[in-house]
Amino acid sequence: MATAPKPIDVGSDYKEKYGFFVPEDYVFKAKRGLNPEIVKEISFMKGEPEWMTKFRLKSLEIFRKKPMPTWGADLSVIDFENIFYYLRASEKQSKTWEELPADIKKTYDRLGVPEAERKFLAGVSAQYESEVVYHSLQKELTAKGVIFLDTDSALREHPDLFREYFGTVIPPADNKFSALNSAVWSGGSFIYVPKGVRVDVPLQAYFRINAENMGQFERTLIICDEGSFVHYIEGCTAPIYTSDSLHSAVVEIIVKKDARCRYTTIQNWSTNVFNLVTKRAMAYQDATMEWVDGNLGSQITMKYPSVYLMEPGAKGDVLSIAFAGKGQHQDAGGKMIHVAPNTTSTITSKSISKAGGRTSYRGHIKMYPGANNSKSFVKCDALLLDDESRSDTYPYNDVDAENVTLGHEATVSKVSDEQLFYLMSRGIPRAEAETMIVNGFIEPFTKELPLEYAVELNRLIQLEMEGSVG
Amino acid sequence: MADFEIRDLRASVEGKEILKGVTLSINKGEVHAVMGPNGSGKSTLSYALMGHPGYSIDGGEVLFKGLNVLELEPDERARLGIFLAFQYPVVVPGISMTNFLRTALNAKRGYDGKDKSKAISPKEFRSLLKGELEVLHMDDSFLPRYINDGFSGGEKKRAEILQMAMLKPEIAILDETDSGLDIDSIKFVAEAVNRMRGPDLGVLIITHYTRILDYIKPDFVHVLVDGHFVLNGGPEIADRLEKTGYAEWTDADEPAALKQQEVG
Repeated sequence: MATAPKPIDVGSDYKEKYGFFVPEDYVFKAKRGLNPEIVKEISFMKGEPEWMTKFRLKSLEIFRKKPMPTWGADLSVIDFENIFYYLRASEKQSKTWEELPADIKKTYDRLGVPEAERKFLAGVSAQYESEVVYHSLQKELTAKGVIFLDTDSALREHPDLFREYFGTVIPPADNKFSALNSAVWSGGSFIYVPKGVRVDVPLQAYFRINAENMGQFERTLIICDEGSFVHYIEGCTAPIYTSDSLHSAVVEIIVKKDARCRYTTIQNWSTNVFNLVTKRAMAYQDATMEWVDGNLGSQITMKYPSVYLMEPGAKGDVLSIAFAGKGQHQDAGGKMIHVAPNTTSTITSKSISKAGGRTSYRGHIKMYPGANNSKSFVKCDALLLDDESRSDTYPYNDVDAENVTLGHEATVSKVSDEQLFYLMSRGIPRAEAETMIVNGFIEPFTKELPLEYAVELNRLIQLEMEGSVG
Repeated sequence: MADFEIRDLRASVEGKEILKGVTLSINKGEVHAVMGPNGSGKSTLSYALMGHPGYSIDGGEVLFKGLNVLELEPDERARLGIFLAFQYPVVVPGISMTNFLRTALNAKRGYDGKDKSKAISPKEFRSLLKGELEVLHMDDSFLPRYINDGFSGGEKKRAEILQMAMLKPEIAILDETDSGLDIDSIKFVAEAVNRMRGPDLGVLIITHYTRILDYIKPDFVHVLVDGHFVLNGGPEIADRLEKTGYAEWTDADEPAALKQQEVG
């Protein structure tokens, strides 16, 4: 039936839809490269307290000392001296949509953000370049005592709360890229939800990269106090550029007793971006942490959202999808660290590879001595769209506890000829039928998303699939 | 020339010759039954007509609306007005029946995701679907479910018939639609097909047993044995097969009139 797959074509209108860029108009532009002077300059520009400047400089030292990780994707081509580590799009933060600079609004218009705003937003924290420029908080949230700020503002406005938690979940020395982020971080979101407060509407942020060779090093910190609930969503699309770009975020989350936090990501970086993100949550007694993580774009993604199950009854979930097209390597998975007894975790990973793309599931389940009666279940399903694509699983299990349950299921499949024929026999063209099957495959993920995101994701998949079928 | 002409169709599976020259003319308004013992090539005929990739065409042509459909992709054949009700409808997880039906209808209307004016409006779709469900005496409980996922044998066949009703083909091929069905389901399918019968629809029923022909009266019956027709005629052939089976063409003494219930 199908002849050899044609080379990937992201769609002739990709650039129009997702690859557009607006002229740079920066108030401040840092130099390329990484050294203590640049780190000090970043800290000075932000007017940070001395402890943060020191924290950054110390982190830079750690970054310098740590070797490049070699156990995953090939990162040797990253040139750290050829990257802008700090950029600022506008002087001040906007309070309302209307106050946003016109070119930025244009960018978000194309992404459909305004609709999202109208329908769902309780507050927006949209990062353009390295600085959070737009921020609105519903009165309701403020009245409940919820803090939803960009991370830079949070450091200024809530210094004690900030310092109490910042860097406690992911210390700079955790890995080379958490050290890098700790040295040059800028922007990101800070959320504090007080005891017993439920935030019913998802809090959303949109991130973009829009300067050649510009790194994006946002830093997000979420604290869910006892019995609270919040759903945070970040969605990313990025313009196309020719040279490499680096995105290295750190996300730290603390979920206290009886609280629940859901963190949803849809990442669609342009295919020259290195996306190296450290995401970790601490879940305490009977708390629940859910990572919903979708990785479509980037050249290389290495991301393993993790949950440390610190006290009895804590629960951690990772639900992730990865889509790797030509030249892409999605190395994603999850980590569940069971420290206390009666803790449970699940990791569900779905990956799609096409046109020579590569997906890897990399997971780690660790059950420490004393984490007795704990349960963990891992399920990874890979869908290969052609013979040149590749999928691997690297599950690591490390159990030192007693009376535990540990399950692992993995499947690798291809788009079945029978399914394709069935859909086509109803008049649906091959490319559309294939897209339907792929969207059906990731439906367990999509159905967890708010409607608009589900629609956008299906559209992105369609875009990825266009012109790819032989 | 007939509306739908199969001329000297030859097809093979994995190098094994199955259809050895099948010729058949179907006009709209007619109901043809192709009957045959196991392994005679009945399913190959239906798959070859629809363009299943696992069946290679070794010769012949199938003419419909001035085109040789054998040169078309399955989706092009469908949009031309050919429909195949599957013997074994395929499960496709993650896609609801509603979404499937809407996508298929839109495809038929030439909507490719760009020109919105060609797409069926939600209102139009709902009322069309509601109407067909009423005519078929079906409830809508399976619509949110994934395509054929967890459907009983009867539900699968009903869903096939609903798709046929929605897509309104001009040539419908029913492949062993009666197999694995209880008598109520057979009656249901037969009634639905009888309602769709008319001057705009040609039907090709492919079946091993005469049972379904008790409910859908064919105008013509063709007996397929070892890849070619050995007998062509009217409905009286079905009556004859009901008594004698295929024994005169095969060694097996299996009666075609098998009435036992195969409940699936």
